[in-house]
Amino acid sequence: MDKNYCAYICAGCGIGDALDLEALSEVVTGEMSMDCKVHDCLCGAEGRAFIEADVKEGVNTVVVGACSPRVMANEFDFGKDKITVRANLREQVIWTEVKPAEGEEPHAEAAEFLAEAAADYMRMACTRAQKTELAEPYQLEVTNKIILVMGGGLAGLTAAKESAAAGYDVILVEKEDNLGGKALGWRKSFPTKAPWTDLEENPIQALVAEVVNNSRITVKTATEVARITGSPGDFGISFKAAGTKTEWDAPAKVTVDEQDLINKGEKEDPNEGLQKYTEINSEATKVGSVVLATGWKPADVSEYEHLGHGKLTNVVTNAEFEKISKLGKVPATVAFVQSPGGKDNDNDFPYCNSVTSMVALKQAQYVCEDNVDGRAFILYQHMRTPGSMELFYKNTQNNDGIFLTKGCVTQVEENGGGLRVAVEDTLLGEDITIDVDMVVLAAGMEPVTLHENSINLAYRQGPAFNDLDLFDGYADSHFICFPYETRRTGVYACGGVRKAETMEEAVDDATGAALKAIQCIESADRGVSVHPRSGDATYPEFFMQRCTQCKRCTEECPFGALDDDDNGTPLPNPTRCRRCGTCMGACPERIIGFKDYNIDLIGSMVKAVEVPEDDDDRLRIVVFVCENDAYPAIDMAGMKRLGLSHMVRFIPVRCLGSVNMAWIRDALSAGMDGAMLLGCTYGDDYQCHFVKGSEIANKRMENIGDTLSTLGLEPERCVANQIAITDYDKIPKIINDFVDEIVEMGPNPFKGF
Amino acid sequence: MTDEQGTSGAVLVVGGGISGLTAALETAEVGNDVFLIEKNATFGGRVAQLNEYFPKMCPPSCGLEINFKRIRDNRRIRTYSMTTVKAVTGGPGNYEVTLETAPRYVNSNCTACGDCAAACTDEIDNDFNFGMNKSKAAYLPHEMAFPRRYVIDKNALSTAGAEAVKAACKYNAVDLDMQVVTCTINVSSIIWATGWVPYDATKMENLNFGKSQSIVTNMMMERMAAPSGPTGGKILRPGDNKEIESIAFVQCAGSRDENHLEYCSHVCCMATFKHMTYVREQYPDAKIYVFYIDLRTPGKYEKFRAVRMADKNATFIKGKVADITVNTDGSVTVIAENALTAEKISQKVDMAVLATGMQPSFSLQAPPADLQMDANGFVISEPDKAMISAGCAKKAADVVTCTQSSTAAALKAIQVSRR
Repeated sequence: MDKNYCAYICAGCGIGDALDLEALSEVVTGEMSMDCKVHDCLCGAEGRAFIEADVKEGVNTVVVGACSPRVMANEFDFGKDKITVRANLREQVIWTEVKPAEGEEPHAEAAEFLAEAAADYMRMACTRAQKTELAEPYQLEVTNKIILVMGGGLAGLTAAKESAAAGYDVILVEKEDNLGGKALGWRKSFPTKAPWTDLEENPIQALVAEVVNNSRITVKTATEVARITGSPGDFGISFKAAGTKTEWDAPAKVTVDEQDLINKGEKEDPNEGLQKYTEINSEATKVGSVVLATGWKPADVSEYEHLGHGKLTNVVTNAEFEKISKLGKVPATVAFVQSPGGKDNDNDFPYCNSVTSMVALKQAQYVCEDNVDGRAFILYQHMRTPGSMELFYKNTQNNDGIFLTKGCVTQVEENGGGLRVAVEDTLLGEDITIDVDMVVLAAGMEPVTLHENSINLAYRQGPAFNDLDLFDGYADSHFICFPYETRRTGVYACGGVRKAETMEEAVDDATGAALKAIQCIESADRGVSVHPRSGDATYPEFFMQRCTQCKRCTEECPFGALDDDDNGTPLPNPTRCRRCGTCMGACPERIIGFKDYNIDLIGSMVKAVEVPEDDDDRLRIVVFVCENDAYPAIDMAGMKRLGLSHMVRFIPVRCLGSVNMAWIRDALSAGMDGAMLLGCTYGDDYQCHFVKGSEIANKRMENIGDTLSTLGLEPERCVANQIAITDYDKIPKIINDFVDEIVEMGPNPFKGF
Repeated sequence: MTDEQGTSGAVLVVGGGISGLTAALETAEVGNDVFLIEKNATFGGRVAQLNEYFPKMCPPSCGLEINFKRIRDNRRIRTYSMTTVKAVTGGPGNYEVTLETAPRYVNSNCTACGDCAAACTDEIDNDFNFGMNKSKAAYLPHEMAFPRRYVIDKNALSTAGAEAVKAACKYNAVDLDMQVVTCTINVSSIIWATGWVPYDATKMENLNFGKSQSIVTNMMMERMAAPSGPTGGKILRPGDNKEIESIAFVQCAGSRDENHLEYCSHVCCMATFKHMTYVREQYPDAKIYVFYIDLRTPGKYEKFRAVRMADKNATFIKGKVADITVNTDGSVTVIAENALTAEKISQKVDMAVLATGMQPSFSLQAPPADLQMDANGFVISEPDKAMISAGCAKKAADVVTCTQSSTAAALKAIQVSRR
């Protein structure tokens, strides 16, 4: 678009009192060649009308020097076809001015320092406005809106049914010959409604019938997904008969080094006989998104030798007991062992969540139902019946045939024809032995992703979800606020593969996953990103002519959005992309950028900062700030009037992963004295919304130290820090201590060259 | 944008806590119009009061910030603070809802500059901090408040205070004559995400809450640990600001109890383990006592528990607390019977924390629509009636369960207009 600029500076909220706005306007008109107007209160009705009058006259690119872009977003929204850039003069300039300590005089040049900061922020905003282009959403030629549901158990059936009820066509694939999954073997279900006391009929048969009769749902039994190619709105699914191998099976990930060895004949090619991952299967079925509901497997508990599973005939798991109960009568006296640890620990069996507590309560009832004088003993460390399931627990306690006690089960052994269970530290205050016909161990529910890829993506980064060891192998989200986040856009997990869940929980979970699958398709159709930059219509564009096939972007993308061809040239999949810009940060050739966020744009903002020479009171330090957490924290520091050194200039970035080291080199070669990255915590409890961005940025920073050394600069001039959004009280120390260190080091020796 | 799926069915989401925010955003990001209403002056609900989430020990405002950004960026969501439902007529697919917005006494001219609060001479109990400190009668509820607009407690303003506040505002934003405003909207379905309130601890007479400032609730602990809280993040005994040498956590304070809440409140065990972390960070040697019935830290939470149970200065006692008595030196004594040894325990501590449970909001105040509720006041979801419950309005749950169930609620709401 042909841009028609105007800048506006707000005098409200103390900005006009703290700054000489006439002088500030002159910076804009003089240096930036942009019209500039001052108003007493831009966000008020009058102020907005003031800007809108110009917009009517043709201004389409508006620079607003006022409060933080985090506030008054609607007030300064002049329509989708207009560009607005904000300069944060309030929170991050006048509110963060360092105030003199009590009894001290302000710095003689305090007013100048503030004016210089404000001028730099206006320069940066004007530069940004000049470099920003309107987004042009990426549109697939055809957005396929079919949802693929993998797994025909309770969760998969529910996801299929719920998607269909919202008007979407579904393909449901199940590797067994019948739909229904493990729930087919359940005799009864837990209560799902008030008064939460009574077992319910297993709903699975009715659900299977409903799905089979639904005209929107195509069921493929005895079928598996060989591989998935493509991206949201345009996935290609290669199906195969269950248990077979085909040329379209998903290839294993082969690293660059491994490929070298394979080429030299020093390593066997794990993908021998398979089609390359980039190959298009003309017979593939197109779908828009995927729900992964491939479920769980009963855990093997034979490792707990003192409990005798696999050794003693009548020691069974809860899953085995359920089958027995479904087929016929269960024995009359049964002990249910909830915790395997004896006296060593009081954990439940692994992979239990709270499900196995409730399974024991259910199965104990079978014992009493099937036997007039049935007696069930539930031996637990901690009964886990959250929420209203407590009422189910309480009701079970009222059953005369069911005995519950806390206790450590130390041994199960044969005793005549039966079994003898030794229990210590019981609520009865003594060690006891119980003679029973059968012992049921509360084995956990291991997700299938613990043992296999399950998802079978034909992606450059490999066929499986990454780093599931963080979640004990479950295909779970790392985010408390965002439970359906996965690192593979358009694939949403639910049911036992995501968490050990009750049937009620699995139904709800599958409904949520179906929503996310639908939402992803609709977002792809609109050409916008999904979470966390939901609605973002920009996407990374590559200037391929200058690509050197270094593969850093394909390797580092946290979401596996980039494939590559035989030469290593990236093959972008924009609908997989989350728009974090990690690829842009990775690229040494600086050929990746967004319409409103690119190397040139941020680099030009860095260069727009005025760097005075020969003035130790005016060193310049650029801080690249994660806009998700660190930037709001700085705003809050401003709201609390915490003083931050006048020598720093903050530049918001989408994620630290998007910070290209070129910006830091540019800053230092422009004479700036230091650079800092301020972003989210990384490590096992990472808070980075893009999973890896902060961690990758820190790695890059380690390397830049070497580069600086070769230039004769102290590596300590560049640092990275992690803060949480609530750490606003720590920001002055982080910033000001770093400034002090830079002052100590002295000015950048390249200043002025 | 395609609209052939009939995505125009608007959805009303009642309640702007983490569940309502999630339900609203997940719905709007599919493409439906959403009205999101919140009775308080700011969105964020209960989680905004939490210092950190278990088990990651990360700040809730991180997720709220992203969600507020999603709202700002999404033209399909309209937000209404200080707004409640007055009446609902019509039926599924075509509900007419009357909304009532209470006067904020600050209009949209507000720039959040803070001059009114600075000039205000009147103070009120700070409800956000459970009354542990005061705020001005013209105030921003907290620094993450969305919308970022001040609010005035008009009843607390003196004549002089009112004049000062009006005079301080350069933008003509203070309007003490503001009236209740009602409006009607048409929606196809309604998601009830009305959340919970902490169970009133004074109802457990044996625990003597309110008789001594040394007895606090778990939610008060969250505010004490928060840098933005009444003590700037330092855990101190209210009243005399004593540093903590010993502290007791009283689990199931009101939960799993026929006389109070018969259900399990789901989060309190994990919340206490989280609070142990807060205490331990500030007091490396403080003695910690936890009185419990069961430790409900299932699944992935077991690791979180294991680390804290390894604490040498922490003692875990299986036994429900019978009484808390107040001592003259400011300390309190927690009395319980150890269920394993039958031994009676009297433990004197500097401070006792009651792990009070969650009570659904509608158990205290009748809902403004024909909703089906269970005996405890949880809203039973009725998708056929396009009345859908989400989060803690539906069942006691932790945050990750609430955000998950709210995502599911979004789909149930969307389906109504596509039948």
